[in-house]
Amino acid sequence: MQYMLLIYVDEDLEAGRSEEEFNKLFQEYSAFDEEAKAKKAVLSAAALQPASMATTVKVRDGKTVITDGPFAEAKEQMGGYYMMECENLDEAIEWASKIPDSKYGTIEIRPKLVFE
Amino acid sequence: MNPQPGETPPEISQIFRKYGGRVLASLISAYGDFDLAEDALQDAALAALERWPKSGLPPNPAGWLTLTAKRKAIDTLRRRKNLASKLPALLDQENEATAMDETLEEAAYPDERLKLIFTVCHPAISQESQIALTLKTLGGLSNDEIARSFLIAPQTVAQRIVRAKRKLRGAGIPYRVPPIHLLSDRVEAVLLVIYLIFNQGYYASGGDTLLRKELSDEALRLGEMLVSLLILAGYDVFVPEARGLLALMLIQDSRAAARLGAEGELVTLEEQDRSRWDREKIEAGLHQLELALDSGQVGIYQLQAAISAQHARAESPAETDWERIAAYYGLLEEIHPTPIVSLNRAVAVGMAYGPEKGLALVENLAQDDQLSGYVPFHAARADFNRRLGRSQAAAAAYREARALAGSKAERKYFERRLGELS
Repeated sequence: MQYMLLIYVDEDLEAGRSEEEFNKLFQEYSAFDEEAKAKKAVLSAAALQPASMATTVKVRDGKTVITDGPFAEAKEQMGGYYMMECENLDEAIEWASKIPDSKYGTIEIRPKLVFE
Repeated sequence: MNPQPGETPPEISQIFRKYGGRVLASLISAYGDFDLAEDALQDAALAALERWPKSGLPPNPAGWLTLTAKRKAIDTLRRRKNLASKLPALLDQENEATAMDETLEEAAYPDERLKLIFTVCHPAISQESQIALTLKTLGGLSNDEIARSFLIAPQTVAQRIVRAKRKLRGAGIPYRVPPIHLLSDRVEAVLLVIYLIFNQGYYASGGDTLLRKELSDEALRLGEMLVSLLILAGYDVFVPEARGLLALMLIQDSRAAARLGAEGELVTLEEQDRSRWDREKIEAGLHQLELALDSGQVGIYQLQAAISAQHARAESPAETDWERIAAYYGLLEEIHPTPIVSLNRAVAVGMAYGPEKGLALVENLAQDDQLSGYVPFHAARADFNRRLGRSQAAAAAYREARALAGSKAERKYFERRLGELS
């Protein structure tokens, strides 16, 4: 079986972390990565930019509706994902609007966090 | 661009106002960094304030500001730590900045404002931030001015702007005029932002009236700018609606002096002193509308402008061509069906073809949730019933309108109507 492990966090808590606390967490993640990769358990993984960087896309009556911010409907549940390489947000939005479920549900676009 | 409020000589601040957006747009285009561009422009403005009063205005002030700001930006980039990684690109920029000849040819400074307005009005940015960023970057308004004209705290404006800029960068929103297949939706978004700015200036109550006038003037400037930039870029298909919006704003704005009474109360279109309408604005609006309609591509702004133009052409309320207005609302209802458009059409039909026909259409809308709390709906229902001699139904509707009325002046108006019934 393959499993997707989703990470939920309190962004306020994250923002309030000291550099020391952040570094400690970063090391813990590195250790986790190392262990999981050594066992060849990781297929793909990514850290995401905060929810304020999110854009929500849905298609209704053939029109693409784009909104700033994360998906916020309690009724709909996460049903799948695509990790895509795009030139810019417009291209990501175009892909999102082509996902069949964008007509019935909602696609949230979250840019990946790149550590420099 | 507000280097030192109150101390800037008027002819210089006029130049800042006129060219600030254009210079900023080309700086963002060059460096891809809103904050760097704003800081560099601010520095250039300070340098101009230092130099221009002594040496006189340069032949091409926009070019002078761009060149100076580019040098400032390069200085800043040079000081930044990670200089090494950006060095090659930086050297190109520097060569470009020094190579620009001192005559400052107009052609060396392509107008990048179309890119800027499409970028700051990107649908992945919240609409309130689109408005704030447009006013700040293209209109050169300060956070404080934006805050005062929208009756919100300056920190709120600052927050919206910071957040939006962060998203522009972080989420990979491209700085460009969108490709043609996206353009239709995106032009719509830009037109809406300009119209919302105009409405805030024209209709909002409270706050600083002078500042609000500045806001509607700014919307007119943005509307003109958009028309000429779309023409310049060859996007002819989108020009008619941009002209339609400009016409609509000009015609509405022509009534600014007549629409408020001595006590600041609203005067209805019917009761306005038409000799106080600004003829020049009306003519300018009608001219834009004519050019737009020549294209034969109808749209919501052109139709609204066409309706507004019918009122502007009528010497008195009695001479209003309601049949034509009803027909325009019919078209508007087809391409942009909303309950409010339907209500306006019902009112126009009633004026054109008698209260019975109008009331029938109004009653059809009685089940609409959006209209049940909308004062003009009850006012229309009351008026048609009154004109048909149905006092009881009229009184009930006037009471409903009075209960929902937002201002004292409105309540007074319905009070008077109620009194006249019995």
